[in-house]
Amino acid sequence: MELICIQCPRGCAMNVEKKDGEVFVTGNFCPKGKEYAISETVEPRRVVTSSVRAEHGRVSVKTDRAVKKTEIFAVMAKIRAAKVLKNVQIGDIIIENVDNEGANVVATAPYRV
Amino acid sequence: MKRDLVIIGGGPAGLAAAVAAYDAGCKDVVVVERESAVGGVLKQCIHNGFGLTRFKENLTGPEYAHKFTDEVEKRNIETLTDTFVISLDDKKRVTCMNKSGIFTIEAKAVILAMGCRERSKGALNIAGTRPAGLFSAGTAQKYVNLKGWLPGKLVVILGSGDIGLIMARRMTLEGAKVLCVSEIMPYSSGLKRNIAQCLNDFNIPLYLEHTVVEIEGKERVTGVTLAKVDENKRPIAGTEKHFDCDTVLFSVGLIPENELTKRAGIGLDSRTKGAFVDGDRETQIPGIFACGNVLHVHDLVDFVSEEAEMAGRSAARYVLEGEREKDYILTENGENTGYVLPQKLDRNKNAAQKLYFRVRSAFRNAEVVVDTGAAVKKFNKIAVAPGEMESVTLGAEEIAAAKYVKISVNRRA
Repeated sequence: MELICIQCPRGCAMNVEKKDGEVFVTGNFCPKGKEYAISETVEPRRVVTSSVRAEHGRVSVKTDRAVKKTEIFAVMAKIRAAKVLKNVQIGDIIIENVDNEGANVVATAPYRV
Repeated sequence: MKRDLVIIGGGPAGLAAAVAAYDAGCKDVVVVERESAVGGVLKQCIHNGFGLTRFKENLTGPEYAHKFTDEVEKRNIETLTDTFVISLDDKKRVTCMNKSGIFTIEAKAVILAMGCRERSKGALNIAGTRPAGLFSAGTAQKYVNLKGWLPGKLVVILGSGDIGLIMARRMTLEGAKVLCVSEIMPYSSGLKRNIAQCLNDFNIPLYLEHTVVEIEGKERVTGVTLAKVDENKRPIAGTEKHFDCDTVLFSVGLIPENELTKRAGIGLDSRTKGAFVDGDRETQIPGIFACGNVLHVHDLVDFVSEEAEMAGRSAARYVLEGEREKDYILTENGENTGYVLPQKLDRNKNAAQKLYFRVRSAFRNAEVVVDTGAAVKKFNKIAVAPGEMESVTLGAEEIAAAKYVKISVNRRA
């Protein structure tokens, strides 16, 4: 399987092969690429970024770790339903355990009511 | 009003320059920003991927901006928001306008950090009507991310710049259907990873060597017709593809915003669309510096910060020590190279200097040749692309011995 690494702007073109249950990765510049390539063959995951409605304007948010790619739209539905009503700092949890696997949606910008 | 250093623009470049100038000993700094908050375009770039080079962290735009606004606040550096600079002259007089009226700041040094703006659809000469529903990708980004408005439900994106790619994913996540991205060149100008994570992840097709031949719709856009182009970028009859859509986003390049620069009489380089600068990022007018996207369009904010810090330190030195004697050599773009920045190097500087350059076309197995008139240095790159800025650092001795610096990029067999 050929894939482009999304871990940094370098965008390594990698090749992943499975032989006897072991995964071989080539073309990666760094260990992060290998990790990503293996994760892509097992279960692709992505960090989701979006913004949440607030009393005035919006607050930008992200999942604090990558969620299953298949869960992205379910996570988005919860993000769309949420609303921020109090002051938040960067890193404050807006939605806890959004994917039922422990990932939280956290603020990526401060917000003052 | 008199100030030591006036920085025009409070985006990533202006903020990093302010902090660097302050830390280099120039404490009387003011940042002038036309929006109501500093941070520039990073405020609306809520996706991640920022800061990997500089902070070794994967940050979102607002998080990256916050690192710098925090530093600005810690130092109590003044930021004048909601303030528009209406003119700058060669005597470093900065005339501003805000709610309290019009006033002029007499500065010892000025840093230009106005950033860039999007090339608009008007620059493209597209046939058809001019209905509602046509947006630049950055405008759509502002609407979706900051205002919470979705510009439309069925979207065609013209141009495969990074903002267009990012918006393809963003609109999809918010419930719109992105039908395709069309790119006139045989390659995307965006980062490869954005093709992967913004288009491929959501099965959005990318049509390379395609252009728009017609936009349809009276009140609101109802469709677009694309066609494949030949090697002269002319549409090929019979290759038309029609898409029903209610929204068209344009992601067709960025232009440095240099109106103030021109008014001050500073010469612009037709290759970078920014000022001619030396390694200090000093323009042709001593004491006026430029950095960030107003100087040349960067693909990564990490390098904007790096360049802004150079400009900040240089401006501080200018304020504290005055003008210096400079002994210039010119840099040149050779084969396959679109531009080299800075355009001139000071042989008296006695420090290593980093040169940025951009290739003209994308290919694999590239050899970069740096010719200084005194020595030739070569190194290989696995792949090069116009969308990805390259750099090379020359040592103080190499620069002192140089007669010029010419950077070329050749194809290796």
